[in-house]
Amino acid sequence: MALDRNLAAAIAVTRFGLGAKPGEIVAARTDPEGWLLAQVRPGAGADQPSPGEATSAARVLEFRDYQRERQAAKASGQVFDPVKFARTLIIDDAGADFLARTQLAATTDADFRERWALFWCNHFTVSATKLQTATLVGPFEQEAIRPHVFGRFEDMLVASSSHPGMQLYLDQAQSVGPDTMAASYLARGGKTAGLNENLAREILELHTVGVDAGYTQADVTEFARAMTGWSIGGLKESDDVAGKFKFRPAAHEPGARTIMGKRYAEGGRDQALAVMKELAASPHTAHHLAVKLARHFVADDPPPALVATLERSYLATGGDLAQLARTLVKAPEAWSPEARKFKTPYEFLVSSWRVAGVSPQTLPDIGPILNSLGQKPFSAPSPKGWPEDGEIWCAPDAVIKRMAWAQTLAATSLNGRDPSQLAADALGARLTPLVATAIARAETREEGLAILLMSPEFQRR
Amino acid sequence: MSESPAFAALSRRQALAGALSLGMTVEFVGRSAFAAADGAMTTQKLVVVICRGGMDGLSVSPPVGDPNYAALRGPIAIPGFDQPGGALKLDDTFGLHPALASVHRLVLKGEARIAPAVASPDRARSHFEAQDVLENGATAAYGTDSGWLNRALQAMGPGKVKAISVGATAPLILRGGVEAASWSPGPGAGRDPRLPGILQDLYAKDPMLSRALASGMATQAMAKVANADAAAALTQADDATGMASPAAPSPSMSAPTEGAAVQAALRQGVPAARKLGATLAGFMIQPGGPQLAAVSIDGFDTHANQGSSQGQLANRLAYLDAALDGLADGMGPAWQETAVVVVTEFGRTAHVNGTNGTDHGTGSTALLLGGALKKGGIVGDWPTLAPARLFEARDTAPSLDMRALFKGLLAAQYGLDRRALDAVVFPDSAAVSPLGGIVA
Repeated sequence: MALDRNLAAAIAVTRFGLGAKPGEIVAARTDPEGWLLAQVRPGAGADQPSPGEATSAARVLEFRDYQRERQAAKASGQVFDPVKFARTLIIDDAGADFLARTQLAATTDADFRERWALFWCNHFTVSATKLQTATLVGPFEQEAIRPHVFGRFEDMLVASSSHPGMQLYLDQAQSVGPDTMAASYLARGGKTAGLNENLAREILELHTVGVDAGYTQADVTEFARAMTGWSIGGLKESDDVAGKFKFRPAAHEPGARTIMGKRYAEGGRDQALAVMKELAASPHTAHHLAVKLARHFVADDPPPALVATLERSYLATGGDLAQLARTLVKAPEAWSPEARKFKTPYEFLVSSWRVAGVSPQTLPDIGPILNSLGQKPFSAPSPKGWPEDGEIWCAPDAVIKRMAWAQTLAATSLNGRDPSQLAADALGARLTPLVATAIARAETREEGLAILLMSPEFQRR
Repeated sequence: MSESPAFAALSRRQALAGALSLGMTVEFVGRSAFAAADGAMTTQKLVVVICRGGMDGLSVSPPVGDPNYAALRGPIAIPGFDQPGGALKLDDTFGLHPALASVHRLVLKGEARIAPAVASPDRARSHFEAQDVLENGATAAYGTDSGWLNRALQAMGPGKVKAISVGATAPLILRGGVEAASWSPGPGAGRDPRLPGILQDLYAKDPMLSRALASGMATQAMAKVANADAAAALTQADDATGMASPAAPSPSMSAPTEGAAVQAALRQGVPAARKLGATLAGFMIQPGGPQLAAVSIDGFDTHANQGSSQGQLANRLAYLDAALDGLADGMGPAWQETAVVVVTEFGRTAHVNGTNGTDHGTGSTALLLGGALKKGGIVGDWPTLAPARLFEARDTAPSLDMRALFKGLLAAQYGLDRRALDAVVFPDSAAVSPLGGIVA
């Protein structure tokens, strides 16, 4: 690293991390690269926002109870407002999860580790935009993603694809092979049942090989057939089964499948596992993940050399994500002095709280502002997750709303501190004389902090 | 509830004065003054509404008269015209979803039509590819990183027509070389009047932030007027139609004494949607305001339990209907110069799937609305749902390229010629002729 160490420390904390808390850049200054590498934690995964909290299965049971209460109320003619009930459930559970996750981000000392985890949470998006998944996003991230972020990609893929959150979000739980006992049983009962190819398609397109890998509609359908039987215990099953992964042999479409030119023998539950293993090992997947990582950490238009380096690392290590993280940290292209990434709303808020030394205490501290900036908590607009492009987040309306929020935060959190000092804390060697002067000339301290938060250096990373 | 006109005018002047003092909206203000004086400047309006997720055309405009419709759709079929929860009749074949009552009212006035088998050139059935193609106007996904509406603005000539998007993020369709405004409901720019000017100085070398802030401040100045106009228009429309308060946004709406219909409407965001549509219109009818707008509504990806006359999809359509209703009311007389097109990235499978939903398909319905439209029946051919006519034996076969629709609207509303439309706005699309006869 030919960079000046002061600048390297600022980049380490603001670009790879989540933004500097006072003192953090100084702490990283001795060895910026080492400061990052020390946060890579093979075997232990990422930090957990709410350790010991409810599991996804418990959340599914809560949802079942909600449905039962609704039916009972209907049957007895009672007034029961399902929306109010569901809203309470969602705000209590999902809100608490999101608050805990944001508090972790706003306070952690291992902020590269957390950014790395958040990248994978977004890569495998489960969104609360469906009622069934409204309370499952937090548990999904904690159970399927965070434990694996420094493990093997294949394990994360399997954990994601079998998790009740993903199963419900992309409709896999109900997919039934057309030529199976389950299909004919359901048909006799007058119910329609059949293939749902949603998860199979998104695994190919979004989670692994990517849309340019050359697969066809036939490959998607074949993969969906191989995935049949991957389901979760239903709401009418016993408590120890309901809401947990369950392979249903009677719903699994029998026979060998051919996907992207490769034949997979009938293998029940393991047939889909074999496909996922192959997908995880594909050079297309290596490329797809490398592009996404480089775009997330460095630039919307990522340097090809960095993509190639990451791709090689992934293939050489069999998808070892700890090695991939280290490769990223050691790549010179990732340290370019120019800050090209425009912060997403979540990144902007988190980094603001970090420098101001406050952490959100209630959901209303986070929900409304994220909503108005276009990033509603746990509610990515599609399975593709939140977009990376600065141009999307830097819409005129969003900049106005960031500016209004920065003034509010400054008014409520400064407590007489010197904004010039906070600017040095937040940006280190990235602070330009122009911004430093503007802060020094501010009419009030609050205005000074608002200028810092809205400065180009702070809005970018 | 509504501000008096005098107060509205005063607050607008104050807002403009505030913006002017920052030294960054002179061009904006100058242009609006010019526009007010120059009748030759176009006042034609175009609103593009993108329904994201793959909107099910066979539910939006159910072909209940098609002999294969009911069997293909099973439990999610919309019932026939005279049945409870049945389709709202358009002709012997087509109806509208019962949640689209306002759109139906416009149809009866000759101010709305359907195009039942529209698709983009993309056939991959991927949301992201298909949305990309819908918005970038190219023949393939990721073919260009600017949107076709933005290139249309460029082709019209610099500064001739302005555009706005509704929402906190900038949609691809309006991204590109020409600056577009964006707006969503909110608290304004904050209390410190100095801050925008200070920041604009700091943004001198950051064009993305600089453009966004300047445009945002200009829009803030207009928002007060737009909000007041919207409130007045909705009150007036409600008085005229004798509508009960369900659609009129007012603080008292949360009172528990309101009926179940009101509660349902609130849950679906109907009053908010109507206000949103009316406020957008409020921007568009201001002198020097945007004439072109892009709006996105998501939540149309109905793989499971999509419902029929009621349910998940019906709720989204009620929201869409309210937004369009508010837009039409808010436009007032300008509605006669307005064309609105509602499109989605793809339709859904003709057959109900195993989970009482539908999967990604191809052709879908586009809605055309506005007083500028020519009266008429359905737009484009109807391929029918006969088994042999389904695309790849599963989807509504597209009979109309959505670029033909867009080109027809741009040509009629803004006089864009074939050279610009075929090569710049929609690259490599000479084979796709603008659809004529849709605008009067």
